[in-house]
Amino acid sequence: MSMFEEIVKPENLVYEKTRLMTDKALSYCPGCGHGTAHRLIMEVIEELGMEESTIGVAPVGCSVLAYEFMNIDMTQAAHGRAPAVATGIKRVWPNKIVFTYQGDGDLAAIGTAETIHACNRGEKIVIIFINNGIYGMTGGQMAPTTLPGMKSSTSPYGRDVEMMGNPLKITELIAQLPGTYFVTRQAVHTPAAVRKAKKAIRKAFENQRDNKPGLSFVEVVSNCNSGWKMTPNDSNKWMEDNMFPYYPMGDIKVDGQLVK
Amino acid sequence: MGELKLMKGNEALAEAAIRAGADAYFGYPITPQSEVIEYLMAEKPHERTGMVVLQAESEVAAINMVYGAAGAGKKVITSSSSPGISLKQEGISYIAGAELPCVYANVVRGGPGLGTIQPSQADYFQSTKGGGHGDYKQIVLAPASVQEMADFVKDGFELAFKYRMPVLILSDGVIGQMMEKVDLFDPIPRLTDEEIVAKYPWATTGKKNGTERRIITSLDLDSLKMEEHNKHLQAKYREVEANEVRYELINCEDAEYVFVAYGSSARIAQKATELARKKGIKAGIFRLITLFPFPTKQMQDLCKKGVKGFLAVEMSAGQMVEDVRLSVSGCAKVEHFGRFGGIVHTPEEVLRAMEQKIIGG
Repeated sequence: MSMFEEIVKPENLVYEKTRLMTDKALSYCPGCGHGTAHRLIMEVIEELGMEESTIGVAPVGCSVLAYEFMNIDMTQAAHGRAPAVATGIKRVWPNKIVFTYQGDGDLAAIGTAETIHACNRGEKIVIIFINNGIYGMTGGQMAPTTLPGMKSSTSPYGRDVEMMGNPLKITELIAQLPGTYFVTRQAVHTPAAVRKAKKAIRKAFENQRDNKPGLSFVEVVSNCNSGWKMTPNDSNKWMEDNMFPYYPMGDIKVDGQLVK
Repeated sequence: MGELKLMKGNEALAEAAIRAGADAYFGYPITPQSEVIEYLMAEKPHERTGMVVLQAESEVAAINMVYGAAGAGKKVITSSSSPGISLKQEGISYIAGAELPCVYANVVRGGPGLGTIQPSQADYFQSTKGGGHGDYKQIVLAPASVQEMADFVKDGFELAFKYRMPVLILSDGVIGQMMEKVDLFDPIPRLTDEEIVAKYPWATTGKKNGTERRIITSLDLDSLKMEEHNKHLQAKYREVEANEVRYELINCEDAEYVFVAYGSSARIAQKATELARKKGIKAGIFRLITLFPFPTKQMQDLCKKGVKGFLAVEMSAGQMVEDVRLSVSGCAKVEHFGRFGGIVHTPEEVLRAMEQKIIGG
């Protein structure tokens, strides 16, 4: 018996990959937060026993192929339309668990109307919003959430808010709508942040399972080391120093009540 | 049999959706088809059959709600009018690419742009030549009466699920707004959730133990696979062309001059034919019911029986006429007549066009 076989035994197992992640290699850049966010959602669905009743909606953007990694029934939506697609599914299958997984360009630029109206109607779905302040998939263009002065390939001298407008705090915006029940902002760049984010994601899915009146919305502020042209560690530090002050961590609305 | 009622075309379409066992309607108001969603909201189909009716924030959202619900195996319908249908094209392309069944109706108004709210048939190209991006087709049914506005909803769902593709009911402001007697078909019960799960194994209804999970997508970054998918789509469209052509010949047994028309123009051509016959002109009508598939062979066959000329009558600057020309090329003369921009031609104008452009031309 090799040393490997001696060690890898069920009784020694302290952590296991959720079976709701496929074995396909992630298409995300090493160091990116998407993989962690995927895993947390799938762990929550597995732990809550929702594998057979959940339908996910993938967006357009870096996570367009989320359905290749999330091992459940999935629908791929047109750019920005995930909340409308999820509305369609949830309205005809009210007993299923439906969620969208969207980036900032998808959710807060091209899909702003779909996002706001799904929230305002109080669709009983979960929206997971990955905000890294940049268009990663298309090669690092300015996003609706790009910070003032932040460089991108379409704001090469930094975002000039006079010319390009201000970053959109869509999470604060939708928290004001009576249709949202739970709105929170999290991160996945440290073990402590991952634990908090998972708790928030779990709460969001539990709200839907328990038929709570309204939509649960989890923003995950994430790094984009490739798009920001930094090492993963530097990008996480930069995120803490620059993104977090503009997009502060924590719950914004809990059980239908604004807490911030 | 069914139930006789006096209804507007738009109302008949809405009532037919409930009776056809539709699970959901997602739509957005636009003249001249707003009666569809108004009728549905007033009728409370959620109480009658459990059908969902939702007013979306836009036509874009509505068609994407259709995409989501259709991908989850449900029978879904939407409707709009020309500018709104343009907005839906992205979603229709996705529905065609992901091979989902759905029915949608366009109650056509004059364009381009915001155009007018009066009837038109200027969306023929958009309906039959693509509309959205990519190589795809949809079945296009053209009702010429309030009766057909109702019947084609039922037929449309059957075709949509048979071929897993979008079916368009292409009417216009005349058919949508006019009132006629309609014999409503008997209600078909909605499928139960269990029936849907059993009947549509491709639908996202939640992963079942021991079964493959389902993915609804139109994306494949492997171009060779995408080419194969396109070939599969094309093979399906050829099958539709072989099996689903629908048309009607009126007074064509001895016809020397034939009006080719669909929808309300076919009704006007019918009156023009009566006027022509009174003058001793042997006129008939080739009424298109499916615009895709186009009855190319059937039109050729009619031409070979001794037709001297075809007049394509349509409320557009000349769109369907191109397909008529392609169908009977070299066999007989083909000309176009139509008022457009929201003007409806009269039977007298149509007959005069036949006399001047075909008979005397």
